[in-house]
Amino acid sequence: MADFDAIVVGSGCAGAVAAYELAKAGKSVLVVERGNFAGAKNMTGGRIYGHCLRAVFPDNYDEIPFERKVSHERISLMSPDSNFTIDFASDALLKDGQESYTVLRSTFDQWLAEQAEDAGAEYIYGIAVEELLKDENGKVTGVSAGGDEITADVVVLCDGANSLLAEQAVGAPKPSAAQMAVGVKEVFELPAEEIEKRFQCNPGEGAAWLFAGDCTHGTFGGGIIYTNKESISIGIVAGIEATAEKATVPVYQMLEDLKNRPEVAPVLKGAKLVEHSGHMVPEGGITTMPDLIADGVLIAGDNATMCVNLGYTVRGMDYAVAAGQMAGQAAAKALDAGDTSKAGLQCYVDALENSFVLKDLRQFKNVPNFMEHFDRMFCGYPEMIRDMMNGMFVVDGTPVPPMKKTMMPIVKGVGFMNLFKDVRGAMKAL
Amino acid sequence: MSRDIKFTVNVDEYLSLNKYEVDETSAHIELVDEPSDEEFDKLIMVCPAALYKRDEEGRKSFDYAGCLECGTCRVACGDTIIKKWENPQPTMGVEYRFG
Ligand SMILES: Cc1cc2nc3c(=O)[nH]c(=O)nc-3n(C[C@H](O)[C@H](O)[C@H](O)COP(=O)(O)OP(=O)(O)OC[C@H]3O[C@@H](n4cnc5c(N)ncnc54)[C@H](O)[C@@H]3O)c2cc1C
Ligand code: SF4
Repeated sequence: MADFDAIVVGSGCAGAVAAYELAKAGKSVLVVERGNFAGAKNMTGGRIYGHCLRAVFPDNYDEIPFERKVSHERISLMSPDSNFTIDFASDALLKDGQESYTVLRSTFDQWLAEQAEDAGAEYIYGIAVEELLKDENGKVTGVSAGGDEITADVVVLCDGANSLLAEQAVGAPKPSAAQMAVGVKEVFELPAEEIEKRFQCNPGEGAAWLFAGDCTHGTFGGGIIYTNKESISIGIVAGIEATAEKATVPVYQMLEDLKNRPEVAPVLKGAKLVEHSGHMVPEGGITTMPDLIADGVLIAGDNATMCVNLGYTVRGMDYAVAAGQMAGQAAAKALDAGDTSKAGLQCYVDALENSFVLKDLRQFKNVPNFMEHFDRMFCGYPEMIRDMMNGMFVVDGTPVPPMKKTMMPIVKGVGFMNLFKDVRGAMKAL
Repeated sequence: MSRDIKFTVNVDEYLSLNKYEVDETSAHIELVDEPSDEEFDKLIMVCPAALYKRDEEGRKSFDYAGCLECGTCRVACGDTIIKKWENPQPTMGVEYRFG
């Protein structure tokens, strides 16, 4: 007899939800989380789309400790000396089932873990799982953590982007530098009313603001700003390979420069820095996805590359929550059937295939490759937009030439063919 | 050849605002003895905590104490330079209050 029906490794977005589903189904569950509390080791941008949580917590969705409802979607194209911003607000962004919220993981993850504990899951905090136990046939039979061996009929591995265990579980190799991005983020405290004033939003509402172009000084990556209840999150997400090999300044300097931009500095003025954090983002997409199951084990979330960076939004948390839910349900079903072999766990993969998770990730399969080679997005287009806007808005008393005469040379600078190719490429990838 | 990497920000100052339980007895990340300049430079560029440093004389240093446990250095240079990357010992390391 195993010690538990199921062991869940990691209590982030995917793990806590998987544990909740298993406990709700009446299974004995142990969660091993390396942080001293859930969220202690976790960082995100970030914004989570509500739909995934409505599906898991239909009855207590209103109790989730969100920061702000995102009412403003902003995207900026930054050149060294200009910034072009789109600020989009729409009733559709606020509708139930379509809405999204900013979160801080320390609070958010603790709430998720609480739901799992209330449903009956047991927790060990502060200890990392070092190894997966296997029987003579290679079936996963438990974990070893802090020198102890604990067994279970099924293990749900949700150890996130920097997974040290996915290789043991499903043979996933260590990701390459090209498949991962590094995120560096700072949290600045600011009173709620001040945030609402600076972002022109109603109480309880806020902005998701993404930057492309010069915030990385020309290499693959972008900037992020999210408004929390009483703080602002600001960060850089930059491709590790591109930054290591081609960037002109380190990631932390990119963040410093973003903070000092004339478009950004006023938003942070007088705000107090309270935390500096770092985390990886899997950006390889579905073509780098490992097997999701093996005998006795399922994997869900960032460790299975269930994350996309589309430039105008980053998504990983809703995929992780949904995958965690399906993993928990599938594991419970396999336990009921008395078969936690790879064949018995196939229902997890089937459920994912039929859901938005794998459908989206398939849809976005060309995004990583497209973005990585979309150099003009980081250097070229921001300058083109700047010159066009300058052509419209700069008035100095010299006679105004026809619009066509102003604009044509600017577009020619980038090249009509390039523009055509990039638009076509974007349409195909997205 | 090492690159001329310029930056003005002092990240150590920012890290001092974070909450850590530093394990004085064992390092959870270890580098090979003679890391090549080229590979080390990559880590200077990507470590979000700026823990990989080179002083004016070109001497390289690394301090695991401010580590954010992101794993970036683990994947940045293949297997060329990081000899060991483990999670810190139980209850040790960074503890985010916001995240
Ligand atoms: C800078 C940045 C911005 C982002 N912005 C967004 C955004 O705006 N929207 C969005 O949807 N997504 C965003 N993401 C991605 C999102 O944060 C992730 O996709 C999501 O958190 C993945 O959830 P997870 O459950 O797979 O992993 P995590 O939430 O990271 O959870 C993994 C858990 O496992 C634990 N763990 C790891 N190893 C072990 C071990 N050996 N033993 C025990 N426990 C272990 C960790 O402590 C952690 O609690 C962003 C990410 C970053 C870094
Ligand atoms: S894990 Fe991240 S923060 Fe720690 S040393 Fe490596 S790159 Fe720096």
